[in-house]
Amino acid sequence: MKVRLTEIAEVIRSKNSGPYELTFDIIFKDWDVFEKVCLSKDINPSLVSRLYSIPEEKIINIIEFKPAKAIKITIERPIASGELGETDVYGAQQHAPLLDLEFDI
Amino acid sequence: MNNSSLTPFKVLSPTAILGYGFPIKSFEEGMRRHPHVIAVDAGSTDPGPYYLGAGVSFTDRSAVKRDLEIMISAGIEEGIPVIIGSAGGSGGDPHLNWNVDIIKEIAAEKGLKFKLAIIKAEIDKKYVLEMMRTGKVSPLHPAPELTEEELDKTVRIVGQMGVEPFIKALDEGAQVIVAGRAYDPAVFAALAIKMGYDRGLAIHMGKILECASIAATPGSGSDCMIGYLGSDYFEVEPLNPMRRCTTLSVAAHTLYEKTNPYILPGPGGILDLTHTKFHQETERVVKVTGSKFIPSENYTIKLEGVKRIGYRTISIAGTRDPVMIEKIDEIIEGVKERVEDNFRNSGFKYYLDFKVYGKNGVMGALEPVKHTSSHELGIIIDAVADTQAIANTICSFTRSTMLHYGYEGRISTAGNLAFPYSPSDFKIGEVFVFNIYHTIRVDDPCQLFPCETILIGGEK
Repeated sequence: MKVRLTEIAEVIRSKNSGPYELTFDIIFKDWDVFEKVCLSKDINPSLVSRLYSIPEEKIINIIEFKPAKAIKITIERPIASGELGETDVYGAQQHAPLLDLEFDI
Repeated sequence: MNNSSLTPFKVLSPTAILGYGFPIKSFEEGMRRHPHVIAVDAGSTDPGPYYLGAGVSFTDRSAVKRDLEIMISAGIEEGIPVIIGSAGGSGGDPHLNWNVDIIKEIAAEKGLKFKLAIIKAEIDKKYVLEMMRTGKVSPLHPAPELTEEELDKTVRIVGQMGVEPFIKALDEGAQVIVAGRAYDPAVFAALAIKMGYDRGLAIHMGKILECASIAATPGSGSDCMIGYLGSDYFEVEPLNPMRRCTTLSVAAHTLYEKTNPYILPGPGGILDLTHTKFHQETERVVKVTGSKFIPSENYTIKLEGVKRIGYRTISIAGTRDPVMIEKIDEIIEGVKERVEDNFRNSGFKYYLDFKVYGKNGVMGALEPVKHTSSHELGIIIDAVADTQAIANTICSFTRSTMLHYGYEGRISTAGNLAFPYSPSDFKIGEVFVFNIYHTIRVDDPCQLFPCETILIGGEK
C-alpha cells in the first residue's frame, strides 16, 4: 500500500546544526510504521541525493533515533550559514521536498 | 557523596532565549517550587554571522531588560543564583558589556545589591595563532582548515565555555553570573555538578531546559520549564498548565539542531544518549534516565569566529508580467552582463545576486522545482562590495537597468518592476561570514574565560 510521508509522520522539519550543516527530522506517528520504514531503508543516501540534487558524499549521516520514532538526515550545507548567496540563514525552510515522498508499507 | 541522600535539584528555565519573554504566571509557579537556580541561555549562532561580527545583540534591549528584571529580583529575594550564558546572543565582549549595563541599570532602579560575576569568552587572535602553530586547533567538519592568513582576517573569536568557569564563580559567592559565549547546557548544569549530581544527567537536563518550553507540547520558546535532577534520573515539567511534556516532545527536542542525537560532543567530553530512556511519569512530566557523560582525553573548547567581507545594499521589487516571469533567468543574466560591462573599467569588485521568490528564493541550489508556475515573483537585488558606496552604486545601477531592461517579447514597456517602497534601495551595512568553527585544546577549562566579581547596586 502506498502512503504519503505526510500521512505517517507527525513532524517533518529542517534546521541548521551549526553553521555548516543542515539537519532534517522526520518524526513518525506510530511505532509500527516507523519500524517498517526503518526496515525498508527507503530513506537512504540515494533518495536524499536525488531530492536535493547533491552528491552522496555531502550526506553526513542518516540515523534512526528510536526514542523519538524519528529518522534524522544531516547534510553539508551548500554554503555556510550567512555566506554570499544564502537563502535561509536558520535553515528552517528546506524540508519541503520530503513532503512529497511516498512509501510502500 | 552518598547518592541516595540527594534531594532533587531544581532548575528554573524561564525562556528559550533571554529577551524572548515568558508569562509571569508561569514564572511565579516556578518560584513556588523553590528552585535552586534560575538559568537562561541568551545565545545562538542561528541568526548568522552578522551579530558576532558587528558586536550587537539579535535580541532587543527592552525585552532583555524586562526578562532580567523579573529573574534577578526573584533570585535575590529567594537567595538563589541567577545565571546567564552567551550574553547578548553571541557572547563576545561588546555583547557581554551590553548585558552588564542592563544588569547595572536594573540594580540601580530596583535598589538591589548583589555580587555579580562577569565571565569573558572573547579570545585573542594571537593566542589562537600560537595554539595553531602547536597543533592545538582543529576544524569541526565540514568547516575548512584554518590558515594563518584566514585567522588574520577574523574580526572576533569567542569560545564556548563549559561548566567549570561557572562553578568557579559560584565558589566565589556570585549571586548573579553573566557570561560570554557558553555551551548552552552549562548554565543549567553548573550548580548541580558543583553539588555532586551526575554530570551526564545534569548536562542532558540542561540540553532540554535551554530551549525552555520548546520541548513541551504545544511548544513555546517564550514560556517556563522546570527540571528536577535526582541521583539517577531527571524530570522536566512545563510550568504553564496548558502545556505538557510527553516522551515524544522531549525525545524530539533531543534531535533538534543536532547531527547525531546519540552522541553529543561538548566541552571536556561527550554526552552519550545511547542508553537513554524517556518515561511518561505523569500526564505532564517526563522522566529521563541512562544519559552518560564520557570525558574526553583532552579538554577542548569550541571556537566561533567571523570575518568581514564587505558591505551590502539591497533593493526589493516584484513582477506580475507573465512574459517577464517566463524569461526571468535570461533577464537576470542580461542585467548582470550590462552591469559588468558598465563598470568594466571602474576597478569595482562586487558580488551581485538576485533572490527570486516564487521560483527558488527559499531553497536556492537545493530547490528541486525548476519551473515556476507562480503568477508573480518577488525579487531582491543583493549587492555586496568592498565599500558601502560601491555596493550602493551596483545595487542602484542594477535596479535601474532591470526596471527598463528591454527583453524579447516585452509588452509592458513602462517599467519591469513594482517597488513597494520609496526609497527602493536599502543600505544593510557590514557583511560578515563565519570563518572559524574549530576546537582548541586547553589544559585548564577556565584558562580562556577570565572571571571578575564585583559588588553592584545598593544606593538609589
